Amino acid sequence: MLLSESDRIRVKQMLGAMVNPVRLVFFTQSLSCDTCVPTRQILDELVTQSDKLSIDERNFILDKDAAGTFGVDRVPAVAVVAGERDTGIRFLGVPAGYEFSTLIDAIVAASTGQSGLSEASRARLAEVASPVRIQVFVTPT
Amino acid sequence: MALENAEVSSVIVEANEYPDLIQRYAIDAVPKIVINDRVELLGAQPERAFVDAVVDAVREPIPTTQEP
Repeated sequence: MLLSESDRIRVKQMLGAMVNPVRLVFFTQSLSCDTCVPTRQILDELVTQSDKLSIDERNFILDKDAAGTFGVDRVPAVAVVAGERDTGIRFLGVPAGYEFSTLIDAIVAASTGQSGLSEASRARLAEVASPVRIQVFVTPT
Repeated sequence: MALENAEVSSVIVEANEYPDLIQRYAIDAVPKIVINDRVELLGAQPERAFVDAVVDAVREPIPTTQEP
């Protein structure tokens, strides 16, 4: 078990805010990926805390079409899908520490459709008409 | 921001696992935010600064005039 009891309670409380189902499309591979198994373990523990959350595991090597569709080029990777809508939110690497809490926030935001941004920010973002790829580099601590 | 606009995608990267990305983006402190490989921010950002950076990243560069 990777989550402590208090962590599990906190996660369950946070995921209690979910409204619509969210699917975590998880790209993994069996060889040459030391962090794929621990990532799956963390996701497994997450989904036990909400019946609106599920995992859709894809093999990065064998399911190249799905990897291409989701723009995934390395593993482990998680794509956050709300209903049938790809939110464009991805996580690369083990979701530990800061990345873990950000994943929970992303799941809840995807589920409610509420980004939490101000109206002014949303108005400015609505005018963006070209692709934007934001990469946020973090470490667990 | 990705939720607000389908043109926007965001990826959170656990940097320690990808040394090639650490090198490619010269990451020596986190969080580091890179937008369209054009705009970089270091450290946690207030919302407005982050949105400014996203808008800047897609802005067309001002053409420079050339001497005849």
